Amino acid sequence: MSENKGVWVFSEKYDIMLEMLGKGREIADKLQTELAAVLIGRNVQEKAEELIKYGADKVYLVDNPALECFQAEAFLSVLHDLVANYKPEILLIGSTKNGKPFAARLATRLETGCIPDCARLDVEEGKLTGERITYGGNAIAKVAFKSKPQMATIPARAFERLEPQDRSGEVIKLDVKIEEPKTEIVETKPLETSGVNIEEAEIIVSCGRGLEKKEDKALLEDLAKILNGQVGNSRPLAEDRKWFTEWVGLSGHKVKPKLYIACGISGVIQHVAGIRDSKIIVAINSDPEAPIFEVADYGVVGDLYEILPALTEALGKQLQ
Amino acid sequence: MKRIIVCLKQAVDVSQLKVDPKTSQLLTASAPRKISDFDKNALEEAIRIKEKLSQVEILTVTASAEDAKPVLREALAIGADKAYLISDPSFQNVDTSGTAYILTEAVKKIGEFDLILCGEASLDSFSGLVGSRLAELLKLPLITSVRKITLQDNTVIAERTLEDVYETVKAKMPALITVTREINQPRIPSLMMIMKASKKEIVTWTATDLGIQQEKIDAKIEVVEVLAPKIERKKIMITGENKEEIAEKLAKALIQEGVAGR
Repeated sequence: MSENKGVWVFSEKYDIMLEMLGKGREIADKLQTELAAVLIGRNVQEKAEELIKYGADKVYLVDNPALECFQAEAFLSVLHDLVANYKPEILLIGSTKNGKPFAARLATRLETGCIPDCARLDVEEGKLTGERITYGGNAIAKVAFKSKPQMATIPARAFERLEPQDRSGEVIKLDVKIEEPKTEIVETKPLETSGVNIEEAEIIVSCGRGLEKKEDKALLEDLAKILNGQVGNSRPLAEDRKWFTEWVGLSGHKVKPKLYIACGISGVIQHVAGIRDSKIIVAINSDPEAPIFEVADYGVVGDLYEILPALTEALGKQLQ
Repeated sequence: MKRIIVCLKQAVDVSQLKVDPKTSQLLTASAPRKISDFDKNALEEAIRIKEKLSQVEILTVTASAEDAKPVLREALAIGADKAYLISDPSFQNVDTSGTAYILTEAVKKIGEFDLILCGEASLDSFSGLVGSRLAELLKLPLITSVRKITLQDNTVIAERTLEDVYETVKAKMPALITVTREINQPRIPSLMMIMKASKKEIVTWTATDLGIQQEKIDAKIEVVEVLAPKIERKKIMITGENKEEIAEKLAKALIQEGVAGR
């Protein structure tokens, strides 16, 4: 068997592909190997050139009208063929709702291991290790590979994209046999979201079970407005009370704002895992025993219905 | 008659996990076990399908190095008809690849089925790979992150929650579906249900019973270490005579931190 070499990245989401190229570049340089991106789609030639600017040495381009939208079986057959032919050493896949099952199936076809949701990647003695949150946020597991290619899935915004540079690289156009899909998409409709991407917010004011009525979120909105921030919520308000469709936490949005204000959030470990990369965490909770205080920089024991309006007013004055 | 197989993981109850204060190591071995939360949603969904269609048999499958029988009793109490436990000491270090292989062999031995339901991810390791790997090994249509399931004759229609859209997907059965916690609120078994469950059967198979090949369950990834995350927070409690004073102190602190400026 010939030796595997090269670092490859693939995501059906272009932004994650650029972020993975940023980290991929560092890994490839450490391993003194090449960095390649796999680009699948329709009329995407221009993007291939752009991927080189963002760090790729090679772009494997599969341009086909049948591949305009992500479809698991079709994309699987393409990637499986490429990997089987060119044998990369490392394969990073974007950890989206479509990307993760895709990676799991590809790893199964390739009979290799896959480390999901790596927020950190390192090269130690020529071998890749990944770090991921596990045990519901209670722990960080460091994981290594025992099979090739070494596959990992990478969440959005885990790594930074590079500044685009004028560099040269090779675009390899390929024609690949495409497998028939086993499922059919019959309808898509937009999520009833707030329309803002909370994962990119710099300041988040977030509420939990301590909020008595859905309408009271206005109290948080007032504070968020003063701070030019976004409003979020914990899982129970979405999944149990069905007030909202999204939430902050390990199973929802993982956020890393410079300021996270948790109001009436008890601080279960799954929630904390979703906010642990925040720069400053403020906790406002009427229960002095609430675990959120253990992970907060500033804590206030008090009723959010009293503290929030007072804080909004105080900040309004002091920021003038 | 339809047959639904629900894959259940016996997971570490992460809410009761303790950390060794000296080494920061997680004391997973001594932590209580339970059915992984998402898998409970999968089981609940199977029961709701059964309540709608009547003629449905619900089987659960669990692969574990441990004796998961007590946990499976709960699944039977909630409403599964029969539980299969594939248990063998050799499963100690299996990863998602090995687990999917064991489940595949178990499903093949069980025979015909219409639907396999799995939780989207497990409560403890939270990998979210096993369901997809299982679908691939069994060459089944796969629909992940599902929040609503409708069956029509031999077709399953499922609504998925993606990052920015809901997607409705159709597949011919047999198919495999992974569900989110959004899909339902699992029921808590009554005393009557628990008593009835004692009459239901738990079938136990070993690796040998399924002809498991050891090299196929050898781990393909290796957990080097599992440590509690370091939490380095200031933990400053802000107090005052009244809410105004507290608010003013907090506002000042946030501005000084440079996180409250516009």
